[in-house]
Amino acid sequence: MPVRPRSLTGAAAVAGALVVVAGCGGGGDGSGGSDGLTMYYPVAVGGPLTEVVDKLVADCTEETGTQVTAVYSGSYADTMTKAQTAARSGQGPDLAVLLTTDLYTLIDNDLIVPLDTLDEDLSWTEEQFFPAFLASGEAEGKLWSLPFQRSTIVQYHNKEAYEAAGLDPEQPPTTWEELEEHARQIQEQGAAEYGLEIPSTQFGNWMFQAMAIQQGVENTPGTDGFVDYLDDPGSVEALTWWKSLADEGLMPSGTTEWASTPEDFLQGRTAIMWHTTGNLTNVRTNASFDFGVSMLPAAEQPGSPTGGGNLYVFNRGDENSRAAAYEFSKCLTEPERAAEWSIASGYVATGEPAWETEAMQEYAEEFPEATVARDQLEVAQGETTSHENGRVAQAINDTIAAVLTGQAEPQEALTQLQANIDQILQPYRAR
Amino acid sequence: MTDVLAAPTGTEAPRSEPPPRRRRGLGDQAFAWALLTPAFVVLIAFTHYPIVRSAMASAQERGGEIGTGQYERLVNDPVFWQVLKNNIWFALGTVPTSMALAILMAVWVNNKLKGQAFLRLAYFTPTILPMVAVASIWLFFYSPGIGPIDQLLSAVGLPTRNWLGDPDTVLPALMVMMIWKQAGFFMIFYLAGLQNMSPELEEASTLEGASRWYHFRRVTFPLLMPTTLFVFVVAVTDAFKIIDHLFIMTGGGPNNASNLLLYYIYDTAFSFFDPSYAGALTMALVVILGLAAILQFVVLERRVHYR
Repeated sequence: MPVRPRSLTGAAAVAGALVVVAGCGGGGDGSGGSDGLTMYYPVAVGGPLTEVVDKLVADCTEETGTQVTAVYSGSYADTMTKAQTAARSGQGPDLAVLLTTDLYTLIDNDLIVPLDTLDEDLSWTEEQFFPAFLASGEAEGKLWSLPFQRSTIVQYHNKEAYEAAGLDPEQPPTTWEELEEHARQIQEQGAAEYGLEIPSTQFGNWMFQAMAIQQGVENTPGTDGFVDYLDDPGSVEALTWWKSLADEGLMPSGTTEWASTPEDFLQGRTAIMWHTTGNLTNVRTNASFDFGVSMLPAAEQPGSPTGGGNLYVFNRGDENSRAAAYEFSKCLTEPERAAEWSIASGYVATGEPAWETEAMQEYAEEFPEATVARDQLEVAQGETTSHENGRVAQAINDTIAAVLTGQAEPQEALTQLQANIDQILQPYRAR
Repeated sequence: MTDVLAAPTGTEAPRSEPPPRRRRGLGDQAFAWALLTPAFVVLIAFTHYPIVRSAMASAQERGGEIGTGQYERLVNDPVFWQVLKNNIWFALGTVPTSMALAILMAVWVNNKLKGQAFLRLAYFTPTILPMVAVASIWLFFYSPGIGPIDQLLSAVGLPTRNWLGDPDTVLPALMVMMIWKQAGFFMIFYLAGLQNMSPELEEASTLEGASRWYHFRRVTFPLLMPTTLFVFVVAVTDAFKIIDHLFIMTGGGPNNASNLLLYYIYDTAFSFFDPSYAGALTMALVVILGLAAILQFVVLERRVHYR
């Protein structure tokens, strides 16, 4: 059939239709209307956790009568990216589970609302949550989020490897010296390829903070979104020690992947690992050997930063939808559900009432390892939280990688790092 | 463009009722534009408009005033120079090697030999896989200790390495993967070029007693120049714009040793939420790719024999 000029209108119509289709493709998803809310949540640890979240959300939908679509949105970083970009085009989530360390970034971008605008009396939170967890939701004298999936770093050890190396499997290391001794003995006896793995990618800054706390460095969580502990002598000591573990061959050289560390532990490649309690259920389900969980060892003192994610109510919709989002997050963090979530994931149940539930008490009796992280809260500090959190965390991770791969010396690298961070945060000081 | 489009209609002129000539010309013009509209709309919406927006964003300084602050930052940003250097090494490391391999494989599978179809498919397989899948596979290959590469090394008594956790090996490791992924793709273009070539040329060379290498060097390769140009352009732009593997394998680490420009832009825009600086970085990338394209089409085109 010959092509005729008169089909011009047809061609134009096709072109028009294409534009319309393209327009729809960009605009159709992710919006929570007034009658339904959207919640973004990440899964940062192993195991099929999306089903558990879906169940919690379904239960709370029934209880509160608010229709909530829970959107699994990848890692914490992915979720933060999605929430930010969606919010910019006016389609953000109504509530989201995001890292506690993103608090200032969220406030600076005016993405979240303080909870006192939704609830005049927030005293109930003090009874329901551990103070250490609650503290990381506080800024500018207000509470901005509710603890949901909270963690600390704990030390996992392979009891079979301990026995094979002639060590007492019930006596995990409690000091840095013991840790080195055990790791060395395990390697010398050939019980595992590496004595120890401490992951240095993604959350390397978190691991580093733990070592700094153990060295007695003060104020690692930062003040009002400013971080100043990085060039402290104790911090230098901490990074020097980390590097020495790799130099002595107790740990793999170079950087160690966050995600592959539990895999290495489960495969028996490393006998000891430091990792989030969030991986407890994953390890418990998949380990073919007996393993133990203990508090991180002490240098000057024991300690770990807290970590994990809180539930934030976003600054969108009208008063009613925000109130509904708040009620919903209250429902999700109720003691019974906190217990259920803790048992399914390995995250620390967020408060005393949750630990007093029947389910949690049974679980703790059957699996005492679960209580380690709770007990460690006594000596825990809040995770480093700053303005420009993404950039600051990346700068810290880059420095750790530079030192661990032998590109830089701890003292100089950390001095430079603190200067860089001061520069990144400079605009916030002026305000 | 419009000439080309007008041509088929022109040849039909004797058959159809001849409409007035002037109207017809105008109609052809309009028709050609109508055909081009969808492509234009998509290009403008997803390429030109975003470039303009990036340029506008990059002119914003902190606090909202207009200025060149972002570009000053860029010049003084060591990470920018590092990712640029990485990117140039990445291009130098992947483009010539994968093109040479592609020609080699194309000549090889163009021969009449048994299992030819199977061989072609085998070489092409890495190309059909999505980049993310390739990255996941190679992440396993490179994983220290338990990965096949380290297994193999330790089996023959060589020291194993933390390939992706060492700044000295991470970029070469990614290059090897990229070559593996891309060579088969470029092979297809060369194969098409070879199949278009008249067999008489080879017969003539044989009659004249030219060696096969001489024939390849003086006849086949020059005739493949248009293909080479095309493949070169694709390979160079790919070296700057394919970053999927970084998300899976290294996140740009350790300490930016494997970070590439586009990934740094992504990080700046979506992890650090700094659209202005990301805009400045984007303009740098646009300029680099623009210069590369001009260089390729203006300088190299002169040296290309089209038939």
